Amino acid sequence: MSKEVILELKDVHTHFFTEKGEVPAVNGVRLSVCKGEVVGIVGESGCGKSVTSLSIMQLIPSPPGKIVSGDIYFKGENIVSASPKRMKQIRGNEIAMIFQEPMTSLDPLFTIGNQMIEAIRLHEKISKKEARNKAITLLELVGIPRANAIVASYPHQLSGGMRQRVMIAMAMACEPDLLIADEPTTALDVTIQAQILDLMRQLNQEKQTAILFITHDLGVVAEICDRVAVMYAGQIIEEGTTREILKYPNHPYTKGLIRSLPNVKKTEQQLYSIPGTVPKPQKEKIGCRFAPRCEWAFAPCFQANPPLYELENNRTSRCFLHEKEA
Amino acid sequence: MIVPIKASRKEVEEKVVQPLLEVKGLQKHFAVKGGVFGRKKRVIKAVDDVSFSVREGEILGIVGESGCGKSTTGKAILRLLEPSSGEVMFAGKRIKDLEAKELRKLRKDMQIIFQDPYASLNPRHTVEKIIAEPLLVHGMAAKAARKQRVKELLEIVGLNSYHASRYPHQFSGGQRQRIGIARALANHPKLIICDEAVSALDVSVQAQILNLMQKLREEFQLTYLFIAHDLSVVKYISDRVGVMYLGRMMELADKDTLYENPKHPYTQALLSAVPTPDPDGIRERIILKGDVPSPANPPPGCVFHTRCPQAMDICKTAKPAFQEMEANHFIACHLYT
Repeated sequence: MSKEVILELKDVHTHFFTEKGEVPAVNGVRLSVCKGEVVGIVGESGCGKSVTSLSIMQLIPSPPGKIVSGDIYFKGENIVSASPKRMKQIRGNEIAMIFQEPMTSLDPLFTIGNQMIEAIRLHEKISKKEARNKAITLLELVGIPRANAIVASYPHQLSGGMRQRVMIAMAMACEPDLLIADEPTTALDVTIQAQILDLMRQLNQEKQTAILFITHDLGVVAEICDRVAVMYAGQIIEEGTTREILKYPNHPYTKGLIRSLPNVKKTEQQLYSIPGTVPKPQKEKIGCRFAPRCEWAFAPCFQANPPLYELENNRTSRCFLHEKEA
Repeated sequence: MIVPIKASRKEVEEKVVQPLLEVKGLQKHFAVKGGVFGRKKRVIKAVDDVSFSVREGEILGIVGESGCGKSTTGKAILRLLEPSSGEVMFAGKRIKDLEAKELRKLRKDMQIIFQDPYASLNPRHTVEKIIAEPLLVHGMAAKAARKQRVKELLEIVGLNSYHASRYPHQFSGGQRQRIGIARALANHPKLIICDEAVSALDVSVQAQILNLMQKLREEFQLTYLFIAHDLSVVKYISDRVGVMYLGRMMELADKDTLYENPKHPYTQALLSAVPTPDPDGIRERIILKGDVPSPANPPPGCVFHTRCPQAMDICKTAKPAFQEMEANHFIACHLYT
C-alpha cells in the first residue's frame, strides 16, 4: 500500500478485571487505517468493536479495564504508553470520536454554542467571539439550517439527526486526521441515516479525514467503507476491501452473517440463520471461537485458535479451511 | 350438480374475503396538559385516521420511522390504549362496544409480542410462571395440565422443557424473545401483534426468530400484524405492507408491488434510503431534507409536504384521501388524484 498509514493496532488485548474474573473483551486485534480511508469494524453485540475504539482513544474505564498487551501507533507514535497530558492533546485535536446516542454526549445544561466554544478553545488559542464564529461556520458545514439561531439552543430542542450533526461539527472542529464513529447512525431513522452518511462521506472526501466506522449493519458498511474488518468474540476474523468481503466472503461467520440478512431487493422463502448465540467473552477458550456454531467445523477447529491467514488481494481470514485449501 | 359447487365456492370466497381484523378511521390523540390547573394545552395526534384490514392467515407489515404512530396503532387495536375514535372490528365483533369481561375473553384470541424481551418478562418469575399465567387467567385450573402445556409450548418455540424452572436473566435476548412468543401462543390466539419483535436482536439471532415466526404461522394458521421500522425485515415476513408517516397511512399494497413499484414519494424515499449490503447496487438515492415534524404540530394539508420532493400547492392545504388507486393498492397522495 502506497498510502501513509496513520493508525496501526498491533495485537491489542484489552481485558476487564471484574469480580467474576478476567474478561478478555478484545483479543489480539491487528488493524491499520490509512490517510483519507474509511475503515469499518462490523460485528454483533459483545464482539468487542466498541472496546477496540475506546482502546484507541485510551478511554477504557480503568479499573476495571486495561490494555494488557499490544501497541497502538498513531502517526508513528505509540499512544499506549503516551502520558495523559499527551493523550489530551491528541484527543479532539488529532483523533475525534462520535458516539451512538448524541443526547448522552451533549451536556443538557449548556447551549450548543457554549459546548462548541469550549471544545474549540481547548485546542486553539482564540477569543470567545472568534470561537463562536467558528462554531457557526462548522454548523453550516454539517448542513444545519439557521446556524446562527441553533448555536443558542439547548440539546433537547434539537432532533436526533440534528444532534448527531452537532456532534460531527464538534468532532470536525480541529480538523482531525482520524474520526472514530461508534454506531453514529444506529439510533436514527433510515431517512435521517441517509443524510448523516452522505455528510460523513462528503467530509471524508473534502477534508481527507480518515474514518474508523464501527457498526453492526452490513448495509451501512457497503454504503460508506473502503475496507472492512469483521469481528467476532474479541478478534478480527476477516478483513479486506468492502466489495471483496461482501461479494466473496471467506470466513464461515461472514458468510452466515450476510446470508442471514433479509434484503429489500430480493424475496427469500426461507432465511438462513446461524445456529446458537454469540458467546460471552470468557477466559482461555480452546479452539476457534466460532467453531461451535460453524457448519464447516472439523477437528483442528476445536484444538487451536486459527491464525489470520494472508490471502490474495490484501485479504486476511482466521479460518483453518484456508490451511486445508493450501 | 352445478348448484352445490357454486355454493361451496361462494362459501370459500366469503371465508377468504372476510377480514379477521378491520380498522376504520382509527384515531388516538393524547392531550398534553400543562399550566396551573392542568388545562389541556394541545393535542398530539399520534394516530390520525388510519384504516386497513387484515385477512385471516395473512401477515400485514406496518413500517414507519419513529414517532409515526405504528406502535400506538397496535396498542389501540388491542385497546391497551383506548382509541379516541374510529372502529376496530375483530372477528366480526366491534371491540369498542365490548364490556371489560367480554373484552378479556376476546383478548385470548389477540396477543402481542413486544420489542424488549428484557422489559416484558417479570424478572422475579420463573419461565413456567410467566408462560402459565395466561393459561390460568383464561381458565386452565389444573396445575398439572398447565405444566404440561408449558412444556409443550417451550418445545414449540425451540427451547427445552427443563428451561421452565429458570428465570429470565438466565437467557439470552433471542431465547427471551422465544419465551415471549411461547406466552403469546399459550391460549391458541388467532391474531398476534408483533411490535418491533426482532428489533433488539442481533442479525444472526433475528433470522432465527423470523424463521420461527414463519413456521408457527403455518403450523397454527396465525395472523400477524407485524410492526417494525426495518424495511427489509418487514419485506421478508409480510404478505402486504403499509407505510405510515406522522400518524397517517401513506401507502398500502402487496409487498411485491410496494417494494418494486412504490407510488408515494415518501415510500420511494424511504426505500431508497435503506442501505443494502450489495456493493454493486448503485442506485439513485433520494435524500429527504429536514426532519419529521412534531406530531403535536403537524403541517396542514398532506403531512409529508414539508419534506416531499414533488410537493404541489394543493398539498399544503388539502389532506389527500387514502384511496384505492389500483386493485389492492392504497395511496394517500395528490399526485394520483
